[in-house]
Amino acid sequence: MSESHAAEHSHHEMGFLHKYIFSTDHKIIGVQYLITAMAMAIVGGLLSMLMRYQLAWPTSMSPLMAKIFPVAYAGNIMEPGFYISLVTMHGTLMVFFLFTAVLTGGFGNFLIPLQIGARDMAFPFLNALSYWIFLVSCVVIFSALFVTAGAPMGGWTAYAPLSAVPTAAPGQGTGMTLWITAIALFSASGLMGGLNYITTILTMRTKGLSMMRLPLTQWSLLVTATLGLLAFPVLLGAAILLTFDRIGGTSFFVPAGLIIGSMPLDHSGGHPLLWQHLFWFFGHPEVYIVILPAMGMASDILSTFCRKPIFSYKMMIYSMVAISVLSFIVWGHHMFVSGMNPFLGSVFTLTTLLIAVPSAVKTFNWLGTVWGARIRFTTPALFAIGFVSMFVSGGLSGIFLGTSALDIQLQDTYFVVAHFHLVMAIAPLFAAFAGLYFWFPKMFGRFMNETLGKIHFWFTFIGVYCVFFPMHILGIGGQMRRVYDPTAYLFLQPQQPLNVFISLAAFVLGSAQLIFLFNFFVSIFAGKRALENNPWHATTLEWTTPCPPGHGNFGEELPTVHRWPFDFSVPGEKEDFIPQDVPATVTAKH
Amino acid sequence: MPTLVEAQKDILVPPSPPVHPGGDGGGDDPGSSFPISKGQLGVWILLTAIIMLFAGLSSAYIVLRGVPAWQNIELPSLLWPNTAILLMSSVAIEISRRAVRRGDIQSMKRWLAAGGVLGVAFLAGQLAAWRQLVNAGVYLPSTLQSSFFYILSGLHGLHLMGGVIALSWVLSRALKNRLSASNHEPLKLCALYWHVMDALWIYLFLLLLLS
Repeated sequence: MSESHAAEHSHHEMGFLHKYIFSTDHKIIGVQYLITAMAMAIVGGLLSMLMRYQLAWPTSMSPLMAKIFPVAYAGNIMEPGFYISLVTMHGTLMVFFLFTAVLTGGFGNFLIPLQIGARDMAFPFLNALSYWIFLVSCVVIFSALFVTAGAPMGGWTAYAPLSAVPTAAPGQGTGMTLWITAIALFSASGLMGGLNYITTILTMRTKGLSMMRLPLTQWSLLVTATLGLLAFPVLLGAAILLTFDRIGGTSFFVPAGLIIGSMPLDHSGGHPLLWQHLFWFFGHPEVYIVILPAMGMASDILSTFCRKPIFSYKMMIYSMVAISVLSFIVWGHHMFVSGMNPFLGSVFTLTTLLIAVPSAVKTFNWLGTVWGARIRFTTPALFAIGFVSMFVSGGLSGIFLGTSALDIQLQDTYFVVAHFHLVMAIAPLFAAFAGLYFWFPKMFGRFMNETLGKIHFWFTFIGVYCVFFPMHILGIGGQMRRVYDPTAYLFLQPQQPLNVFISLAAFVLGSAQLIFLFNFFVSIFAGKRALENNPWHATTLEWTTPCPPGHGNFGEELPTVHRWPFDFSVPGEKEDFIPQDVPATVTAKH
Repeated sequence: MPTLVEAQKDILVPPSPPVHPGGDGGGDDPGSSFPISKGQLGVWILLTAIIMLFAGLSSAYIVLRGVPAWQNIELPSLLWPNTAILLMSSVAIEISRRAVRRGDIQSMKRWLAAGGVLGVAFLAGQLAAWRQLVNAGVYLPSTLQSSFFYILSGLHGLHLMGGVIALSWVLSRALKNRLSASNHEPLKLCALYWHVMDALWIYLFLLLLLS
């Protein structure tokens, strides 16, 4: 496509279907990912509300719920099996279909070509296909909620042999089959996306945009896509073996002599722990697939609103790479109580604690960026700062859990629930909110309401601490991770008021998200118009285009990059920011 | 206004590389100086994912080989000629790739077709090998090794089938005379994929053989 051809393209009018539904434009695909993932988040969030209600008032009658779910609430009280299905579906929806999808699929698609000065992704058709397969996987996992026998019950980790034997529990039949299908489709979609992200970032950067001039968002997406490329196929391989165990009569994960419902199984000689090894070889990188783009986006947004260059750009990149390399050699810390050799446990402890080093480097750099800055406290800035807060709060408990001796005490308690929610759910959630408020004008040509945004921030910030901080105490007190009725245990009864408090806080937190949803959808149509290209006075290339950019992103000519993305408050310059496409002058040295 | 230094810098920026033949038609190839084309990088990324899939499966194989219930099966003898056929198909495709580089279009078409036929013959041979095993009474769930044999060879076969489809597409382009010495990236990418699938089978065969 020549330049003039591309320009023609940008004026080409297309029908609604072609423009917004079956589009191969990366911006539309990004927004499609975003909205689909938000829908999955709403479902996942509602499930967590049901769980919180159950944990606070486990023996109370709920005739209303019995009308909606007659089987799951037989006798007006939630069935224990249904609770385990809720845990499974909440985890699966949030980890895969919200966070992985929204950060890489949503923001990755939207931002990569815009920030590197390209007209679209390297393989636009593959990109659209990736979204449509993702959508199918969403439908499949959603339908798992409505299986008559019950939704899958294996947890988001689908441990074998529970997951390998369809007769093991009601939800492990059709429900589990749908779970595996959805995850396989999701992996395929992720591979197509990742192939695009890596190829686009490496080969399609505009003139002058060397790797060491890339915004940190782009670096994080590149590293994330590489992690996904190496980790997801292993999950897919494990899922294939699991499927054959379920339908082909093989025995990869099923040990000999397993008896279910007084019926001995035909399988013999498999190894249930093998599933855990394969799953966590994928699973640990997966949590970095979720957190790394959040880190990159938060870094760029923080720097923009601090009006200061990011503190130590290069160390930010090196630490991301270090985290991703280490992420492949720590999976055993999920398995300290599986009977592994204590020496091996020590090795995994060591590699796990090593991750604290690059993580601390990043935290130090964020603090260095904020230090002494005249921060513009916009909603995206608040959420980016909130991200750092959540990452620190959740990350510190990771040091406890990564130490095998301590983990043996804390394994499968609410301490773990508190840890992973803060560090890999709430922290990325804050970065995603920061990104949404920040790039919203670029996506839709309008702003989200700042006042509502700030109300949303404070409710969410205080809300998540009220929900997740007390869980540390519950966990040390011994409350089990997937417990259905804490009051059934004498030693947990004194803690029950804390469970009630958490649930009330969770309901407030959940309701506060309605403010966000209202703000988001109303602002698309009625928000304040974004008239200038660069309302936040940011430096990266997407802000040189109109809000929203047309098809083909840039005008007749692609921009040329002359500097790194962090030229804020350069001494001697009139403005406190210099966009990347402004030619270098004598005073600006980057 | 750019300063003198900047003007010099801009002169030093190398001109955009020529549009890669056989890409997706995307021009606009900007200044990024990545040494290989989009298509090549894309195929390498795909191959990395495939290699990780089989790396995961072979690590499972190695772990399970240590369990007490492990029983070796006798691998079908047909695997030997099949492997030879696959190697020959790789050689044919390589000859074809070299021919097109020289501009010998006729020879390219002939050897490409030969490579495709040999590929299909390999797949048919693998099916016959499964048949051989079934006749010997060894089924998918019989032993852990037989499970692995069917799954590994089946997955490899599926991936090679993808290669056969890609190769047929390249062949159809070749027959329409759309490939030339200066423009044959699809053939290059297809050959790369094929050779890696060939190497992958040899690895899997050795893995199964050396239990």
